Parts: sequence; structure tokens; C-alpha cells
Amino acid sequence: MKKFFKAAAVFLLAAVMIVSAVPRAEKASAAPITINVYNWGQYIADGSEGSIDVNKAFTEATGIVVNYSTYDTNESLYTKLKTGGSSYDVIIPSDYMVARLIKEDMLEKIDFNNVPNYQYIDDSFKNTDYDPTNEYSVPYTWGNVGLIYNSKYVTEEVDSWDLLWNEKYADKILMFDNPRDAFAIAEFRLGIDPNTEDPEDLRRAAEELKKQHPLVQQYVMDQIFDAMEYEEAWIAPYYAGDYLLMVEENENLEFCFPKEGFNTFIDAICIPKGCQNKAAAEAYINFLCDPEISGQNLDYLGYSTPISEAKQYMDPETAESPIAYPDTATLANSTSFVFLSAETNQLMDDLWLSVKTDGAPSTLLYVIIIAVVVVAAAVVLLLLKKKKRKYRRK
Amino acid sequence: MKKLHRIFTVIIFLFLYIPMILLCIGSFSSGSDLAHIHGLTLHQYKEFFADGVLIRLLLNSLIVAVVSSVIATIIGTFAAVGIHSMKPRLRSLVMTATNIPMTNPDIVTGVSLALLFAFVGRLIHTNQVLGFATLLLAHITFNLPYVILSVMPKLSQMDPNLEEAALDLGCTPVQAFFKVVLHEIMPGILSGALMAFTMSLDDFVISYFVYGPEFVTLPIEIYNYTKKPLPSKIYALFTVLFVFILLVMIIMNIVQAKDEKNSARRQSLKRRKELN
Repeated sequence: MKKFFKAAAVFLLAAVMIVSAVPRAEKASAAPITINVYNWGQYIADGSEGSIDVNKAFTEATGIVVNYSTYDTNESLYTKLKTGGSSYDVIIPSDYMVARLIKEDMLEKIDFNNVPNYQYIDDSFKNTDYDPTNEYSVPYTWGNVGLIYNSKYVTEEVDSWDLLWNEKYADKILMFDNPRDAFAIAEFRLGIDPNTEDPEDLRRAAEELKKQHPLVQQYVMDQIFDAMEYEEAWIAPYYAGDYLLMVEENENLEFCFPKEGFNTFIDAICIPKGCQNKAAAEAYINFLCDPEISGQNLDYLGYSTPISEAKQYMDPETAESPIAYPDTATLANSTSFVFLSAETNQLMDDLWLSVKTDGAPSTLLYVIIIAVVVVAAAVVLLLLKKKKRKYRRK
Repeated sequence: MKKLHRIFTVIIFLFLYIPMILLCIGSFSSGSDLAHIHGLTLHQYKEFFADGVLIRLLLNSLIVAVVSSVIATIIGTFAAVGIHSMKPRLRSLVMTATNIPMTNPDIVTGVSLALLFAFVGRLIHTNQVLGFATLLLAHITFNLPYVILSVMPKLSQMDPNLEEAALDLGCTPVQAFFKVVLHEIMPGILSGALMAFTMSLDDFVISYFVYGPEFVTLPIEIYNYTKKPLPSKIYALFTVLFVFILLVMIIMNIVQAKDEKNSARRQSLKRRKELN
């Protein structure tokens, strides 16, 4: 028994020591100022693959410690901010979410006196639709959606989203697994504004997507990398920055900006209301806008930088790529997403569900499942009864 | 027929373990993808152990798992002793109540805890209530039923005369508990603690709602790996975790087997005495 007590005491002591040592060690090694940064997962260079460790470099430069945590979608960021209970100093939502956060008064105005590097941001990224007065956000990255295809199998000339509806390539086509991007493609093809809130337009787009459904091999997001690189699929719409990563693995892959139009996005750095240390947050934003940091950071991420000065610190092949940085004539054809109302989002989600389940033997499937369950239950009951009878006989 | 049984067992085990085996192979493969293995290498392990961020997150997960399982084990053991000495009807009522959090969907537990914490935060006028403390509280909460559930049967298996004998021989009730009862139920406590540890280590859903910016655990970070393809050093991390949990489970089984042996020996002793 004594042994147990000793063991337990040692265990407890060890536990207490670990707990008390870790946070203290952190505090001791750092200046008192910390900021909470909330960013997309894998959306900053972290030192892997020989890249720069941005957060570490920031701490070394300023002494401010970064508590870095991540989210997976704009919507989960929004939920976390709305639920409360934790405060963040820096967040990096996409354009339409910035607009929503501004509209709902959830962002602080940035004091640009503390962000001198804002001068490096290209003029084409100022006065945007989502932040027309340039008060709340600083662009972090931007990029475009386009059509990726494998030139080994797709030999015709590609300039249109029609390729995604081409029956010749049935079962070799991948499609976005999120309603907003998928609907936008169908709407571009139909000549509808991708920010439409008209239910009739959305229904027409859904019809178009239903027509495509039998040709689609899979609705995917990041599994697209493997499928395209290993030629399990030949055609997929995706982000230009990710195409540049894929083409390193498989040089048969080609990219095109469809003539009907395409989506362009900007992810921007903001300071949410309730932040604990605004000046430190602004220092962080300023650091991210430093051309050298931005260049090295985005070189690792593969997305485009809004700072032309930064290109000299990037791999020259990426910096000069017309896919990462298309000319203004191409960009004139692009549209950015704006925030849609809750009703439109709901309708889109419902229609998306009907697209994805279209043609699937859904009712039949349910009937089969129920039948199986009933049969299984009957068998189990019968067996139980038999057993009982056996026992009684005994 | 016997052959058929054996084949069936093998197939079942294959289905259970193929994903894990693939993962282990992938962690040693020099290709970038599971489907394309070129050669064997330890490169991914090297990369994983050199990755300060991942190691830190793993350490965070271990800290929460160890501390929450220790606290849950202590509270849970005392709770089990209390519940055990209740009248049967009340006991079954309380047991049902303690089991509900276990059967409750994780997401419900997570959201309701997050709401509670946010509410408390509002009461004490802070918007930084989420952090290590809330994460720990949540983990203790969902660990408790597992501990109680594995200690309870040990208590009912225990010969009630033992405690009475100890009291007769001059122990105070507290002494009797620490000298006799605790010893008897130790295997239950240990397996409860290990169970709590593994549950806490891999929890994602509940943690996702109650973690704060300054203390993030591994599963949360990996869930958010969406912007780039999964780096292959993750396979090395998963393999390390899998082997670690496997070891914990083996220890747990050894402890249980020893306990069974002991009780079997004691019963045979008893029988022999009765015969004499």
C-alpha cells in the first residue's frame, strides 16, 4: 500500500511540475506582451521545408510572443468569434467574411500609423469591395480559381468551364465540395452573376450542376492534390496557387482562366473587437506586410502576394508566373465573392444537397437499410427466444 | 468448421488493422504518398522530431491527458466509493446520471460546455475565459464516467467482510479505506485511469469548442490542416501515437491479467480452507 502511495505521490508531483513548469517557462523566456493570432491551418510559413518561421522571426524582431491557433473555414472563425470566451488580436478571414464582420461591427479600425509597411501594398488591393474605405483590413494573400487539366488526356484547346460538362471525360472530372465555389462555376457558365441572390438563378445553377453530376468522379477539396498528381482524375477546378504546387509533381498538368469568368479571392488581416493588445497586433500586421517577410512567407505557401516589392524575395519562376500573377486584361474577367444573406446561403445549401444526392438511389437505399435492420433484429430476437427455451428445458 | 472460424477471425483482424498498418508503412516510405512507395527511410521521423510546433502540440495533448486523467481518477474513485455505499435504488439512479455524459454525443457536451464557460466569462467580465483551465475542466468532466464505470465493478466484487474485518481490528474508516479497500480496487482504478488517459489524448470534438488561443492540442491543429496536402511527417506522428497507445493498452491488459490471476488464487485458497 505504501508503495502505491509513493507511486501516486511521485506521479502527482510529476504532473504538477509539468503543468506548472511549462507555462512558466514560456513566460520567463518572453517579454510580457503576447498576442493571439487566429489563422487558417497551414497558412503561414512555419520553418518546415527550409522556409522561414514567420512567428519565430516576429518574436525575435519585436519580443512579442505569438499564441498561434488555427481554423478550417471562414464560418468556423465566425462561430468562434461569436461564441465568445476567447479573444483574438489578429485574424485572417477571406474577403466576403471581412465584409460580414465589418457589417456586424466585429472589427476594430486599424491605426495605419503603426503599419507603415501598408505603403507597399499594391493599389489594386486598396479600396476593395469588401472594405471600401481601407479602414479594417490589410491584404495577406490573393489568388484565383481556374481550371486544371491534364494535357496528356485532354488534347483539345481549353478556354471554358464547358470542359467540366464534357461527356467525353465522364468519371475523370473532379468538382469543388463546397456550395459557394461549385455554384459560382455553374453561374459563370450560365452568364449569371456569382453573387446573385435571386432564387430562380440559384435553381438554374443547381439544374446545371445536376446535369454535371453523372460525369463527376468525386466532389473533393484537398484530396484533389493526389488525384490530379497521380492522374486518377484529369480535370478539376481549383486555386491557382495550389496548381503551382501540383505542377511540380506532375508536369502534364495545365491551367486555364475560363473565358466566362472566374472567382478571385483576397484573404485579409484584421483585428477583431475585444482584442487585448491592439498596438502589438498592428506590429504583427506590419511585420507580415514587410516585403521580405511576405515574399518568403508566400513563396512557401504558393499563394500570390499583394506586394509587388515582395516578388524579388520569391522563387523567380513563381514571381513571373502568369498563373500566379495574371495580367490586368485577364483579371478584368474575375469576380470576387460578396457576403450573401442567410436565406440565400440556406437555399444554396439545400440546393447543393439535392445536387449531391441527385440520381443516388436514396429512397431505395433507406428501404434496404431499414429492411436489413428489421431482419437483423428479428434474427436476434429469435436466437434469444431459442436460448431462453433451452435454459427452461434445462 | 474450425478452419472457417480461423479464416473469419483473420479477416476481421485484417479489416481492423489494415489502416494502421498502411499508416505505419507510409511513415517509413520515401515517396510523398501512401500509394507510391519507393523505399524505406526514417526521414519523416527526423522531420517530425525536428518540428518544434508539432512536438509542442503533442506535449500539450499529453499534459492535458495526464493531468485530467489523474484528477478524474481521484474524484471518480471517491465518487464510486460513495455511490457503492448507497441504497440499491438510489445507486442505480446515480449510476444512470453519471453515465449520461458518456453516452451523450460529444458535440452536445462540447457546445454546452462552451456556452457555460462563455456565460461564466461574461459574469466575471472577461473575454478570455477559454484556455488551459477550461480545456482541463472539460476533459475531467468527460473522463469521470469512465473511471466510475471501471471502479464500480471492483467495489461490488470486493468481499464486504474485508472492510468490516479491518474496522473490527481497530482501523478507523479512513484507515480501512486506504489500507484495505483501495488495495482491493486498485486494478479498477488503474484501468479507469488509463482509459481516461486515452480518451483525453485523442479527444477532438469537445476540445474544439473549449480550447483557448494560448493552449492548443494536437487533434485540433491537425483538423485545420486544409490549406495544403497533408505533410508526410504527420504519418510518423500518427505511428508514434499509435504505438504509444498500443503500449498503454498492453500495460492495461497485463495489469488486468495479473489481477485475475490473483483473485483466482485467492478463491482457490478460500475453497481449500473451506474443505479443510
